[in-house]
Amino acid sequence: MSIYDRAITVFSPDGHLFQVEYAQEAVKKGSTAVGIRGKDIVVLGVEKKSVAKLQEERTVRKICALDEHVCMAFAGLTADARIVINRARVECQSHRLTVEDPVTVEYITRHIATLKQRYTQSNGRRPFGISALIVGFDYDGTPRLYQTDPSGTYHAWKANAIGRSAKTVREFLEKNYTDEAIATDNEAIKLAIKALLEVVQSGGKNIDLAVIRRNQPLKLLESKEIETLVAEIEKEKEDEVEKKKQKKST
Amino acid sequence: MALANVLQSESVDFSNYGRKCRGFTSSLYETELGLESVGGDNLSFAVRTACSDGDGSERKIQFLHGTTTLAFKFQHGVIVAVDSRATAGAYIASQTVKKVIEINPYLLGTMAGGAADCSFWERLLARQCRVYELRNKERISVAAASKLLANMVYQYKGMGLSMGTMVCGWDKTGPGLYYVDSEGNRVCGDLFAVGSGSMYAYGIVDSGLKQKDLTVEEACDLGCRAIYQATYRDAYSGGQVNLYHVHSEGWNRVSQSDVLLLHQQYQAEKA
Repeated sequence: MSIYDRAITVFSPDGHLFQVEYAQEAVKKGSTAVGIRGKDIVVLGVEKKSVAKLQEERTVRKICALDEHVCMAFAGLTADARIVINRARVECQSHRLTVEDPVTVEYITRHIATLKQRYTQSNGRRPFGISALIVGFDYDGTPRLYQTDPSGTYHAWKANAIGRSAKTVREFLEKNYTDEAIATDNEAIKLAIKALLEVVQSGGKNIDLAVIRRNQPLKLLESKEIETLVAEIEKEKEDEVEKKKQKKST
Repeated sequence: MALANVLQSESVDFSNYGRKCRGFTSSLYETELGLESVGGDNLSFAVRTACSDGDGSERKIQFLHGTTTLAFKFQHGVIVAVDSRATAGAYIASQTVKKVIEINPYLLGTMAGGAADCSFWERLLARQCRVYELRNKERISVAAASKLLANMVYQYKGMGLSMGTMVCGWDKTGPGLYYVDSEGNRVCGDLFAVGSGSMYAYGIVDSGLKQKDLTVEEACDLGCRAIYQATYRDAYSGGQVNLYHVHSEGWNRVSQSDVLLLHQQYQAEKA
């Protein structure tokens, strides 16, 4: 078993945990994921990495259901994520068994964060190299979005992005996340796509999208639906540009 | 995991001894006399008869099964009524035992069987419920509380715990009533009576609960009368009737009536 007597994650002289910070670097190299909390819907969008020719496309999904009403997307080391997701899925069922109630999104986020923190303070282990976006609805119908990072902290967000170019996406969201922007389910989904289009090359083909609506299970959007929405967004953009031109000319 | 945490953290210090013993009581060879050595324990040569249902092993300590405890759900919550007599064989040890354990301001537990077992495990349950409340920022549900208790005692199944308790409370799904015992039973229900006087109590409550909507006073009176009747016929129940009412804001103690005074009162009513 683990009879290591030496910790790998130790403090530096100026108070940093370098292993945790390096793990955060690993997260920054992962493909982008964005999460949006609407009124009656929560949306997760991820950048799909292009696959090799002979590779089957859907082997690794970056968006996974943890229970009927909770799902998560991650950025960082896929293998680490698999472990975390497995533990979270088991915990969701354990909770149902002992408490006879489904988990709240906060509870499962707290569990994942505690797990991650434990790995920053155990001998012989390194931190998990993933950040997770956990979305879902609590049993009282409130939508939630939480983000965890390798250090084991978690926060609730209205909208957030992780992974490569997360900063750009977050700035876009800060400008464009308004009450009107998330007024309807469709608008919330389009906001997620718009945010991803900022950083993803070649449009809709490289976007994977999933939504949870209140009292409904996770739904992964098909590429056709995404293409339709992307086309809508492009059209809206063109209309905007047209309007501006007309305003200038008059 | 939640399950693993519950099972680990609630083990008391001597559970390692318990674990070793468990090894052979739950083995396939249950008809053999348990003369195997168990680790380095002094009790390794204790003769243990087969733990078959009903027979049980000859226990030296006589537990206080003599009791009547009762709880039923109605429109306005849960009524909990208990007697207060403790007997050791034919000797009445006490007439003033508190058989309702106040787990927290909105959960009650009743005591039947071993008094020490009941109060110890229910106090442990109170601790666990409080930790749940602090961690999750909301009250624990009655279902979850009863499940925690059931899981805690299940670890000690077959080791001589004697506990038959009812966990009563009010949570976001309304009034909750669960019967939990040391055999591992955990049942949800609308009406339970536990103890040597339970049959007499059932008779009264079953006939009194015919009408669907009872008022709080009627329900309290029914509970009181049921316990009184049980003390009247059962030698091992008596003392006082302690009555509690659990409603949406929590529980409150309705009354404590001496059985002898109740007797005079009911006799006068008959006349």
